[in-house]
Formats: sequence, structure tokens, C-alpha cells
Amino acid sequence: MHSQEGGFARARLIGIVLLIAVLFAGTLAAQTPPASAPAVNDQMAKLDQRVSAAQSSADNAWMLVSAALVLMMTGPGLALFYGGLVRQKNVLALMMQSFALMALITVLWALVGYSLCFGGNGSFLGNFQHAFLRGVGAAPNGDYAATIPHLTFMVYQLMFAIITPALITGAIAERMKFGATVLFMTLWFLVVYAPLAHMVWGKGGMLNAALGGRFPTLDFAGGTVVHISSGVSALVCALYLGKRSGYPRQPMPPHSLVLSFIGACLLWVGWFGFNAGSALASGSLASSAFVATHFASAAAAIGWMVAEWLKNGRASALGAISGAVAGLVAITPAAGFVGPMPALLIGLIAGVFCYLMVTRVKALFGYDDSLDAFGVHGAGGTIGALLTGVFASRAINPIFHDAQGNALAVGWIEGNFRQVGYQFVGVLTAWGLAAVGTLALLKIVDLLVGVRVSEEHEIAGLDITQHGEEAYNLET
Amino acid sequence: MMKLEAIIQPSRFESVKDALREIGVEGMTVIEARGHGRQKGHTEVYRGREYTVDLLPKIKLEMVLPDKLVQTAVDTILKTAKTGKIGDGKIFLSRVEDAIRIRNEERGESAL
Repeated sequence: MHSQEGGFARARLIGIVLLIAVLFAGTLAAQTPPASAPAVNDQMAKLDQRVSAAQSSADNAWMLVSAALVLMMTGPGLALFYGGLVRQKNVLALMMQSFALMALITVLWALVGYSLCFGGNGSFLGNFQHAFLRGVGAAPNGDYAATIPHLTFMVYQLMFAIITPALITGAIAERMKFGATVLFMTLWFLVVYAPLAHMVWGKGGMLNAALGGRFPTLDFAGGTVVHISSGVSALVCALYLGKRSGYPRQPMPPHSLVLSFIGACLLWVGWFGFNAGSALASGSLASSAFVATHFASAAAAIGWMVAEWLKNGRASALGAISGAVAGLVAITPAAGFVGPMPALLIGLIAGVFCYLMVTRVKALFGYDDSLDAFGVHGAGGTIGALLTGVFASRAINPIFHDAQGNALAVGWIEGNFRQVGYQFVGVLTAWGLAAVGTLALLKIVDLLVGVRVSEEHEIAGLDITQHGEEAYNLET
Repeated sequence: MMKLEAIIQPSRFESVKDALREIGVEGMTVIEARGHGRQKGHTEVYRGREYTVDLLPKIKLEMVLPDKLVQTAVDTILKTAKTGKIGDGKIFLSRVEDAIRIRNEERGESAL
């Protein structure tokens, strides 16, 4: 028994030793070819590189397309939309203002503009770190967009800087000198746009919600930076310049709503680049912003049409396209924060609100915001920025985290009522900077070169007097 | 020889022109005109701003006719241009002293 047990024990011991030896040998064998471990790591690293290169390519493709789409919003989109709304004698002058800004802002952007908007980490303004595009190359800028070349981010943001001053031209239409316009827009870009863009989107900016601003204002694609700033500046311009000669006694109907119609449709399509592109990547957030953008535009077109139908007994083409643009404006700050249903609601509210702004409020005060840059962009941008604070959702964009990395409530409907307060701060900052900056700059430009054309030139039309051309030489 | 000027609704122009050709009117001058008589204009609304458009598009026909064709031409226009509503237009007749064909200097009714 005993010896038998001893035999068993011995056999067991041998078995265990053998097993350990086999395991040990196995481990050794796995490690044996000394060259193979780094090779695996190498393979892993290469795979990793390839995966991130693939993601970078995908994101970059979408961002380059988006940049092109946003440029298309200015020319031809906005140029046609506005061009159709003026009288025949001023259409080229209007289009020329948009086109000149495409060239002018691009050059300014390359020299100092990009750096003033996105360089450094100041609270109010960028610095000269990237002046002359120094340090802007193929390597991504991790602070803003880690998966696309810094160059792509830079050129995408440029397109926003182009369309913003171009929006103001709707309020100075048919009466501002071309030279004065160019000078004013150059100064405006440096004094109003650059600080506001930095405050809202720049690293360390006081309103930046994503990069630790003091007053985190949600502005996904430029409700404050683009639409409030241009819309409020437009109102100041309209008030400073005064009414067009003959307004409102003399009829000034749009000379071609067909042009405006084409322009508005191009704006709608371009806006996908504007809003969905603001995800700065081609992931699900871009899809969400794309959908919100489209739905808001549709609902706003319906809102405006219904309001008009109730008032005049007819829905007009101009009303429908104006409504769509109002919806696009209002959803701009919210696009990457709200789902489709809040987007429909924001659009509907904006459509009716902007309709009342351009019909009732403008008539009440009597200012000549010729093409309703304030009534659509200023008013729509403001209502959109505030509603963003109401409807923003962590399910769409978990932008705020606690120390453990858990997503916190974003908008009022999720219980973060303070966000509406922050949105107010952002809106008031944009209003204040735009109003004060624009007034001061108009005064300076007026002293230097005079802002308004002579009445004689105004009656002859800006195409002939400012540019020496006519838009339509149909008889020749 | 008489000059006939007729201001008519643009919508009736094709019928009037065809009917005049049927009765042997050889040529005419057509002017796209704008004007108003007793017809009221209409209202257009652009972003809430109302414009009253009181000059409306019309077609003005001018032709110089031999005397024997004048009454038939007037009857034809009355018949084809009429819609029965205000704004159908007017016909004016005036005597013409002479007519000269530039190509060969023919004069009078044979120049028409």
C-alpha cells in the first residue's frame, strides 16, 4: 500500500516536473528566435500606422470636399442669392463684393489671419505663431483636428472667414463705394472676425467650450462667429449708411428671383460642408450634423411659407428660399449637438421668427437692411445660438466630462440650465464686438475715403460707376 | 390709306396676328409695350414689401392699310382681341398722307 502510494507519488512528481519542463520549454520556444519579438512589435506598429493613415485619409477627403463646399457658398451661392435680389444696375457690384472677398481674405489669411484666429492660446486673440503659415504643414495640429493635415484645417477655416464678411454685403448693397468696401472688410476681418473666431474656436479662447474657455459657449459651426457677427455688423452698416435713395417710396423689387433661387439652393448644399464639415472628421458626428442641417432647413422653409400664406394668402418662391436659409443659419451653432427632432423644431421656430423680423420689425423701425442680412443672419444666428443651449444633448456630442470621464449634461433639456446663460454670454459678446467694432471702423473708413457713393452714381447704378461694366448687354 | 394702331393683350397677340394675315394684311410692326388705361395694376409682395405694378405689359401693333382693307382689319381685331375684360386695349385710326418704299421709291398704296 505504502510503497504503492510512494510509487504513485513519485509518478505524480515526475509528471509535474515533466509538465513544468514542457511548459517552460514551450515558453522558451516562443521566445527562442530572438529576432522575432521586435518583428511582431514592428508589425503591430506598422499596422497601427496604416490604420491611422487610413482614418486620416478618410477624414482628409471629407474635409477637403467640405472646404470646397463652403467656398461654393460664397461664390457662386451667396453672390447669386444676393445678386438676384438687387436691381439690374447693381448686380455685378454685389457679385464683385463677394468675389473680391474670396481673393482678399485668402491673402490676409495666409499672411496673418490664420495665426490671429488659431495661433497661441490667448483668451481674446491669437498670436503671430503661424504668421505666413509658419509651422502649418502636413502634420496635424492635435489641439484642433488630430487626424487631418494642419493645412487642411487651415484652408477649411479660411472658407468661413471668406463668407462671413460677404454676408454683410447684403446690408450695404446698392450704395457703398467699392474701395471703401474693400478697406472696411479688411479692417473688419482683423478687428471683429479674428478675435471672435479665436474666442469661440481658438485654444484658450474665453468662449471655447471644447478647449476650456471661461464661458463655454456651444457654437458648432459658427452661429456667433459667422452669423451673429455678420448680421449685427450688417445692421450697423445699414443704419450708418442710411437708406438707399428713394427707399421705401420707390419700388425696388428683386431683378431676378431665378438667380436668387439658384443661389439659395447652392447655399443649402454648401451648408453640408459648413456644418457637417465642422465635425472636422468623417465620423458619426458629421452624419448627425448633416442630418440636423437638412431637417432644420426644410422645417424653416415650411415655417416661412406658412406664415406668408396666412398673411398674404400665397406662399412665394422668395419666401420659401429665405426660410430655408434662415433655418440653415439657426441650426449652424446647434448642428453637432442636437438630434433630428430638435433640429426640425429649431428650423420651424427660425423660419417664423425671421419672417417676422424681415417683414414686421424692419418695417417698424424703417432701417434699410437691403437684402435682410440682419433679419436672417443676425436674428437667425441669435435664436439658433440660444436654442442650442436648450436642446444640446450628450447623446449626440458628449462635450462636457467630469473628472472620471463620464459625460455630463449639455443642454437645458438635460438639466444643464446654466448652458443657456453661457449661450447668452457668447451672444452678447458677439453682438457687442460686432456693433462697436463695425461702428468704429465705418467711422474711420468714412473719414479716409467716404463710404457712400454720390446720389448721381447711386441712380446710375454701381455696375457702371464703380466697375465700368453692365451685367446684361442683351441687345449687343 | 390709313394707319391702324392697336394696343392689345399679349395673350391675344398670336390669334390677332394670324387672323390679320388671313384677311390679307401684308405686314405689321409689333412693339412690346407697357402702359395702362382704366385697368388697375396688381400687387407684388417681396419679403413683406408690397409693390403696386400699374404699368402692365401690352402689345402694340402698327400697320398702314389700303382704304378697302381698313374696316375688315378693324372687325378682325375686335373679334380676335376681345376677352371682355377691362384691359383689352384700343384701336386708333389716322389718315396717312403718303408711303414710300425705300428700295425702289414706289409711292402711295402700291408701296404698302
